[in-house]
Amino acid sequence: MTTTATQETTKTKGKLALYWAASCGGCEIAVLAINEKILDVAAAFDIVFWPVAVDAKVRDVEKMPDKSIDVCLFNGGIRTSEQEYMAQLLRKKSKVLVAFGSCAHEGCIPGLANLSSREEVFEAAYAQGDSTENPDGVRPQHETPMPEGPLYLPVFYDTLKTLDQTVPVDYYLPGCPPEAENIWAAITAILEGKLPPAGSVIGPNTTVCDECPRKRTEKKIKKFLRTYQVKPDEKTCLLELGLVCCGIATRAGCGALCPKVNSPCIGCHGPNDGVHDYGARLMSALASVIDSQDPEEIDQIIREGIPDPVGTFYRFSLAGSQLRRRKKQVAGNGVKRG
Amino acid sequence: MSDKNAFEPKIIGFMCNWCSYRAADLAGTARLKYPPNIRIIRVMCSGRIDPTFVLNAFARGADAVMVAGCHPGECHYVDQNYKAMRRYAMLKHTLTQMGLEPERFRLVWASAAEGQQLAEAITQLVEAVRPLGPLHWSGNWEENGHRHEALESILKEHEAAMEVTE
Ligand code: FES
Repeated sequence: MTTTATQETTKTKGKLALYWAASCGGCEIAVLAINEKILDVAAAFDIVFWPVAVDAKVRDVEKMPDKSIDVCLFNGGIRTSEQEYMAQLLRKKSKVLVAFGSCAHEGCIPGLANLSSREEVFEAAYAQGDSTENPDGVRPQHETPMPEGPLYLPVFYDTLKTLDQTVPVDYYLPGCPPEAENIWAAITAILEGKLPPAGSVIGPNTTVCDECPRKRTEKKIKKFLRTYQVKPDEKTCLLELGLVCCGIATRAGCGALCPKVNSPCIGCHGPNDGVHDYGARLMSALASVIDSQDPEEIDQIIREGIPDPVGTFYRFSLAGSQLRRRKKQVAGNGVKRG
Repeated sequence: MSDKNAFEPKIIGFMCNWCSYRAADLAGTARLKYPPNIRIIRVMCSGRIDPTFVLNAFARGADAVMVAGCHPGECHYVDQNYKAMRRYAMLKHTLTQMGLEPERFRLVWASAAEGQQLAEAITQLVEAVRPLGPLHWSGNWEENGHRHEALESILKEHEAAMEVTE
């Protein structure tokens, strides 16, 4: 008893950092969804950096000794030079770096912009947008000369990168956003030092189907349908109804939240261990259930049922996929084709 | 192929053990000519060809990929080549949206006796891909927006920024 008490009083608090890059802010809110347990976190850790909630500056982090932060939960993909800098800085200063949420893990929705070039993204944002008024065609510049000296904006990258395409990552916490229980489970594992081997995705290694209460029978599909075209009953497997439910290829851990409320799984937890490409897995599984042996009919079922294949198969994982982005309009290594 | 500077596409061929791989073998033993651009990977059945294999080939530098299996109805594992057919269609649909030229990905059926046909299909694929030039997919990931300078300039700015001392 006394030993434990001594241990507890002498134990110094850990240091925790949280950061966001190219993300929507949902992951920040997800951290708060652990409710009153946030107090346990505060009891165990000093929060040394968390721009959304704590007043600490990047300069403070720069001055910290290397590896002095015990855990950094990093959400968001890497789209700008500033985000890349922060990823490098926090990697250097942290013992454990966790890719928190789908954006840091696989690129998520911001990664779908990898279907476009930087120029197309700028065109949409600074010229074509319905609420855009920009008669001079002003675009963000990296350097702007001013009388007081040049001003800099971060460089916007052509391709959004995942966190582990930028710096080495120790753990991944999947989900868009990660569910409160899983966040808490991960934090507890960190607190108790019961972490899985480095490089692991923290979560069960089964599919959403295993957590889904709907009844599965043999799947045979003649037509893929969009959600507005079907009114699902509460029992039948959504894929059997013709909806592209991604549960078959997606890591469990959410408790099949979406299928339980009649909405097909869209794959935010990404793939299970050993799968190198989430979309490939999903394509493979879906192709197996198409009920046709006629090439033309197969083509038609796919073209009509899945008008946006990349957005369907790689909704959360394009940046983290094997091809990472759409082909640029150049042949090979930056050489313009005639 | 007389022009020494002509671009020689690198092609990966995934071929089923029972038909198309034997067709390739036959083409070899019969001394049929087909271009040396193809590297053949033998799989037990075209149904074993996971879309991941194809994406991996493109990501790692293939200029084209050929998937080959037994004729529909003749798969040695009953109907697995129909699965290959559907996966091919699915993958092609996706790759088109990813900006890949359709010529670069091809499905071929060849029985063990069709060495000649397979050799012709390979020749055709090489000729169709040559004018497209190299694919070099990983070149798509390179940043042309002064990434290094931008990263270095952040450090310089921070050094130059006003230091508030307590
Ligand atoms: S055995 Fe040849 S395609 Fe299945």
